[in-house]
Amino acid sequence: MLRQIEGSRAVADTVVACRPEVVCAYPITPQTHIVEAVGAAVKSGALAPCRFINVESEFAAMSVAIGASATGARAYTATASQGLLFMIEAVYNASGLGLPIVMTLANRAIGSPINIWNDHSDAMAVRDSGWVQLFAETNQEAADLHVQAFRLAEELSAPVMVSMDGFLLTHAVEQVDVPIQAEVDAFLPPYEPRQVLDPADPASIGAMVGPDAFEEVRYLVHLRQLQALDRIERIAERFAETFGRRSGGLITRYRSEDASVVVVALGSIVGTLKDVVDALRERGERVGVIGVTTFRPFPHAAIAEATGNAERVVVIEKALSPGVGGILSTDVAYAIADAKRRVATVVAGLGGRAITERSLLALLDDALAGRLEPLEFLDLDRGVAEHQLARLADVRRSGAIPENILRDIGVTGFAPHLGVPR
Amino acid sequence: MIPAEPVKFYQVGSFAAGNRLLPAELRTVQADASRANSLTSGHRACQGCGEALGARYVLDAAMRATDGALIAVNATGCLEVFTTPYPETSWRIPWMHSLFGNAPAVATGVAAALEARGRSDVRVVAQAGDGGTVDIGFGTLSGMFERDDDVLFVCYDNQAYMNTGVQRSGATPPAARTATTEAVGPEPGNPFGQGKNMPALAMAHGLGYVATATVAELHDLEVKVVRAMEYRGARYLHVLVPCPLGWASEPADTIRVARLAKESGLFPVFEAERGEVTRVSSIRHRVPVENYLALQGRYRHLFGADGTVARPDIVGRIQALADANIARYRLLEGAEP
Repeated sequence: MLRQIEGSRAVADTVVACRPEVVCAYPITPQTHIVEAVGAAVKSGALAPCRFINVESEFAAMSVAIGASATGARAYTATASQGLLFMIEAVYNASGLGLPIVMTLANRAIGSPINIWNDHSDAMAVRDSGWVQLFAETNQEAADLHVQAFRLAEELSAPVMVSMDGFLLTHAVEQVDVPIQAEVDAFLPPYEPRQVLDPADPASIGAMVGPDAFEEVRYLVHLRQLQALDRIERIAERFAETFGRRSGGLITRYRSEDASVVVVALGSIVGTLKDVVDALRERGERVGVIGVTTFRPFPHAAIAEATGNAERVVVIEKALSPGVGGILSTDVAYAIADAKRRVATVVAGLGGRAITERSLLALLDDALAGRLEPLEFLDLDRGVAEHQLARLADVRRSGAIPENILRDIGVTGFAPHLGVPR
Repeated sequence: MIPAEPVKFYQVGSFAAGNRLLPAELRTVQADASRANSLTSGHRACQGCGEALGARYVLDAAMRATDGALIAVNATGCLEVFTTPYPETSWRIPWMHSLFGNAPAVATGVAAALEARGRSDVRVVAQAGDGGTVDIGFGTLSGMFERDDDVLFVCYDNQAYMNTGVQRSGATPPAARTATTEAVGPEPGNPFGQGKNMPALAMAHGLGYVATATVAELHDLEVKVVRAMEYRGARYLHVLVPCPLGWASEPADTIRVARLAKESGLFPVFEAERGEVTRVSSIRHRVPVENYLALQGRYRHLFGADGTVARPDIVGRIQALADANIARYRLLEGAEP
């Protein structure tokens, strides 16, 4: 049923329809609306016998989910940014233990400087954790991916993280066909754990493994991820059969078949890029977009196939590996032949900076003309950076860089002593 | 006046204690041939390990109290490492290890899942060493306490990080030598005035039941576990477990050292309900703290080569701590003359 609804609420209602048995919550912007709505459903009794646990930290949130999942309960939580980093030890642990926890990640930048707005730094920080990482392009897909995530997680015995762009999706109100209970029930069978804490059949879970077997254990985690590539496609097909719409899968392709310039990106920016591609196509330019829905495991073969005919591959990413450049582009380059000549990395939208159609059009014009550097920073104000570099060279105690820059660009009302909302 | 805990063994006029002459219902769980053997033999703990002994009694008593419906969650540490070197396990009960600092939260998750799945008959014990309790696990423990989740948390306190090679923890006592509080300089060993009183912190959370115990009085330990399992909600049990490796004491002296910790007043043994001390185990034969300290190499810097006290100033400060405990918990009331 189509509803005009906030993205967070659509995801919350979808999660409720997936009948989680234990939900744990710790507040961090911008995921709060999701767990608030799930909590209300639990409190009302609509989700009985689900337990909703208000924990004291994200580290505890993931740990409670670990205990619940190991005891055979369908477990869910949500987080963002610093919260993900605070729970990272448990994030790795959940994957190592093979626990099918589903977590929403409302993508947000990581400080310092503290910043509550959207980019993908948080998701990138756990790319090697052994979690499946899915990225939603729209709120419809964000909702749909959660239904698929529970099924995928439980089939694989692996945790799944659904990324949705903070604010851009979580707080955007638009039409969403929220999955209804009967369809979810038809799609998602009850959780049947592979191993469970049970007095009738005692098992020791979480034993110490030394050099004699650790490599084999890790190799099997890798194989499990590779198996996921196949399952993700099949689950997306099955989802389309049940719900009558396509969501999920490994990648989405938009007008890329004959494109000489293909843009690769994650998340909601793919929608903007589609509009930019339409505009350029009207001018007769052969450009297209590939949205990476499944970031982990990385769909190397699908990317290789989809970029095979392109002369230039432009990877736009809302994250930065300082000292390296791109993160997604490293994976893309690994997938395609002659990457050094063909792939360019564009770091864009860090900390919530708007990625505008106008900037993207200019960028793609440069790409079409072969003018892109291997590493570009979209809309970077080099003058501001150079002013600060000069200050650093000039004065030893030159002050905090973020505050200096905010003063330089004339942000009024900036009062660090008043703090910034977490 | 706080009631004194009656001695739970048949007594023969000394510390020697009989079990055989007790009525059947008062005998120890360990004396029962049908005990659970939750932590079975063949594990890799050191000789004289107080933690292995304490864990065995705690879990078998909890298994008895729950009729075998028990799940244990373990923090990283000696107890985890020496019981589960892959592919072996010494646990005959459902047991889970996740991380060092999250055992209380994992236990919360287990309890929540049991409740959601209609299995509230199955009970949850979480266990950790002192590092996993008072330091790295303190945040998750305080959260679990505050929410009053249905978990018995057991701290096996050997007063330092023994698994990593005897480094100081927030439970290391004053003057004790560890690898990070060296016995050098004018104030050798761990500083005075530091460390957490974890049982008091647990009581401050208003828990239904908090108790301390030592491995010198194992029947008392069992009784406290059984009592703890009669409550719902968060409960805390703090067990002093000497570590021959870290304390540099003889493996054969583990019970003796634990007993002297209590009999000197350094480790008060008591029970508390809803934040109030309700019962204390009186000191039976009071000893000066130097009798306790002299058995442990971690305090060797306080003694001369001939075994006499070389640092009466420091020993005096430790004695003052014991005296303060004796006054605070009235440990001499009800003591034998």
